[in-house]
Parts: sequence; structure tokens; C-alpha cells
Amino acid sequence: MPDAIGVSMREPSHGYQLRVVQEVLLALLAKEASHGYQLRARLQLALGPLADALNQGQVYVTLNRLEKADLVTSERVGQADRPDRKVYELTAAGKERLEEWLEDTSWPKPAPAEFHLKLVAAAAAELADPVRLVDAQRHALLAGLAAAQRAALGEPDGSVAGLLLEGVVLRLQADLRWLEACARYWNATKGRP
Amino acid sequence: MNANESLSRVGPVLRTRGLKKEYGRGAGLVHALDGVELEVASGETLAVMGPSGCGKSTLLHLLGGLERPSAGEVWLAGRRVDQLSEKALARLRRHSIGFVFQAFHLMDELTAVENVELPALLAGSSPRAARRRAAELLERVGLTDRAEHLPSALSGGERQRVAVARALSNEPLIVLADEPTGNLDSASTLDVLRLLDSLRSSGQTLLIVTHDSRIAATADRLISMRDGAFVEETRLTHGTTGRLNELAGLES
Repeated sequence: MPDAIGVSMREPSHGYQLRVVQEVLLALLAKEASHGYQLRARLQLALGPLADALNQGQVYVTLNRLEKADLVTSERVGQADRPDRKVYELTAAGKERLEEWLEDTSWPKPAPAEFHLKLVAAAAAELADPVRLVDAQRHALLAGLAAAQRAALGEPDGSVAGLLLEGVVLRLQADLRWLEACARYWNATKGRP
Repeated sequence: MNANESLSRVGPVLRTRGLKKEYGRGAGLVHALDGVELEVASGETLAVMGPSGCGKSTLLHLLGGLERPSAGEVWLAGRRVDQLSEKALARLRRHSIGFVFQAFHLMDELTAVENVELPALLAGSSPRAARRRAAELLERVGLTDRAEHLPSALSGGERQRVAVARALSNEPLIVLADEPTGNLDSASTLDVLRLLDSLRSSGQTLLIVTHDSRIAATADRLISMRDGAFVEETRLTHGTTGRLNELAGLES
């Protein structure tokens, strides 16, 4: 029975795309003009251990895009013994976009319907034991929870990135509780037509 | 090396064979525990998880000698303990096992440091040695500045940390914890999890029964219980962030 589950290491160079990175950069520029390096450092602080995979070029690529869309403007500033750097500033259009984003209440979608229908369909077609599917899913979520909890324990008191990890932990806990309910239901229906 | 340590070198710290517990009789007979086989290795953190009524608290009571099994055996550090006399069992609990409960079970009229030194005093330490040990333990759980407070002046998380310090007083072979975060809010839960994790790193053997998946996820091994029996065992590996980005909503 013992069944080792773990979490595979992802290629560090792979990086990830942050969907809202445009809006976040606009927000970080709202108070004062800033350059790419500073913006990236702010993002890294907010993400803590999750920032390791932050795509190196993503901040710069996004800033270029924002500039082409006239949401920011940039100015080259000379430095004594280093190449010039670009300082970015929010435009009026950028400010408008930012306000829309702040007022938007859309929320990342939890997806219980998909898994629920998988169980119903698997049971109806007698393709797979729903309880086994629930157990497999539980393993996967527990591995994620273990990783998130470990990372949360590694954050110092009052860390802002710790708050993000807390969110991951609490959502996974809720999902695991729902899977318990799924297991109870499908266990009880075993042997019934 | 104390007596507890030398014993623990031989095989698993804790082992059960065919452990059963029944309550009631006739039609009202309840199998609270139905033939449990368990081994806990030295230095391991094991979580036993399951819904309320699955038998996990009964299991903990039998392992800690707080109740006797209806059938089966409990071995602690190579010694069979389920048939010991009441007196020998009380000694065993005092010297070799540390308990942590959901409701803390601190003495309300004693200060934090007095609560922590109590087990050492009961085990025959001198008052001075007991106080010194208690002060060390309070430092370890980060509550030196709360030593003279009564439990009523402490937060839930602080009370549980005092209870953990007390459980460690006699360098137990194993710490048995029953829903240690059951009464705590999210922030205090994290404090207690940090503490349990530091015990784990220091090589303390731990068995935690809980319905909180969050504690279970920090264990080395996780056993799921249903209806008085073990239904699943999972070995959790720690180490990499892996899918964490995806779980946090950072898309690859």
C-alpha cells in the first residue's frame, strides 16, 4: 500500500505567465515613476518563494507592450558608470485601465462541476470506481497542500508572501473537505443500481 | 543517553497488533477500533486523519495507555504495555509519553512555567532542576516572556504551546497529540504547526490525530481512517515547490 506521492521539480528556466501582470505593473506605477528592475523587485517580494520561477523578461516585455498601447510612457535616464535605464510613468489612459481593474470583482473560478461530472459519468458508465478517482484526487491535492504548508512555514512572521500561501492552503483545505463529502456519497451508493 | 533513548534504538518506537476496542454489548455493540496494525519509527511524524467518530481518538487513548484495548497488543519501545498494572501504566504515561490535547488541559491556577515544570516534579526532579528545565522548554516554544502568566491571560495558540512544552518535559519517547489545532484560529494554527515542525526537525517522534488536513500535510506519513480501520496510507515527500505556482493561480 504505501504510496509515495511527491511534487516534481519544475524547470526553473521555464517561468510562468502572470495573467494580471499588466494591471499590477500599472498599479505599481500609480504613485511614482519607476524602472523595470524596481518593479520586478516589488513583484518578487509579494510572491516570496513563488517568485523563483518569475520569468526574467516578463516585466520588461510587458512594459514594452504597455508603452505601445499608450498606457505608460518612458524616459531614458543616464547613469554615471552604467547604461541608461528607462523610467516608466503612467498615462491618463493607463490610469483609467487601472481604475477599471480595481473595481472589477471577478474571481478565479473554482471548478467543482468538472470533477463532479467526471465522477457521475464514471459511475454511470461503470468505467471506474468513483471512490478510487476521489482518492487519486485527494493524493494530488494533499501533495499540493504539503508543498504550500511547507512553504508557509518557511515564511517569517508578517510576511506578505505568507498571506498568499495562506490563501493556497485554505483553498486546498476546502477542496479536500469537499472530496471527503464525495467519498462519503460514492461509498454509500456502492452496490446500489 | 537516558533510558528512553536507549530503548528507542530497538525497532519501532510504537507498534500495535490487531488492536480492537469495542463499547457496549449485544445489539448496541460498537467497534470503535477494528484490528489496527501500526508501526511508528523513531523520529517519524505520523498523522492519523479521518472524520469525527472514525476511531482516531480511541486509537490515541489506547496508544497512550489512557484506555485498555478489548483485544490486541500495544508495544512501546519493544515492551508490551497494554497489560501493565494501573500503577505501571501511570508511570509509563508520566515518563515516556507526552500528551497534547485539543482543549490544552492546563491547570488554570498555575502559571505557564508552573504548568510546564509539573511533570518533572511528579517524576522526582528537584524543584530547581524542574524550574530550569521548564524555563528551557518555554524558551524553545518562544514563550519566555509569558512564563509568569496564568493560562487565562494567554491566547489559544500560546496555551497550546505551553501544553507542548509540558509534553516535552520528561523527554518522552513519543508525543501523542489529539487535534492540537482544533480550537485555534488560522494564525495560531500556523504557530503551533511551526512548533510541531521544529519538534519534527529535532528528531522527536510524533503521532498526531486530526481532521485538519493542514497538519496532516506536514507529517512524514499520513494514515486515513474510516469506521475504526485504516483505509489508506500516504507518504508525503517534502522538498520542492512544484505545482505551487499553478495552485496559487500563477499560470505556467
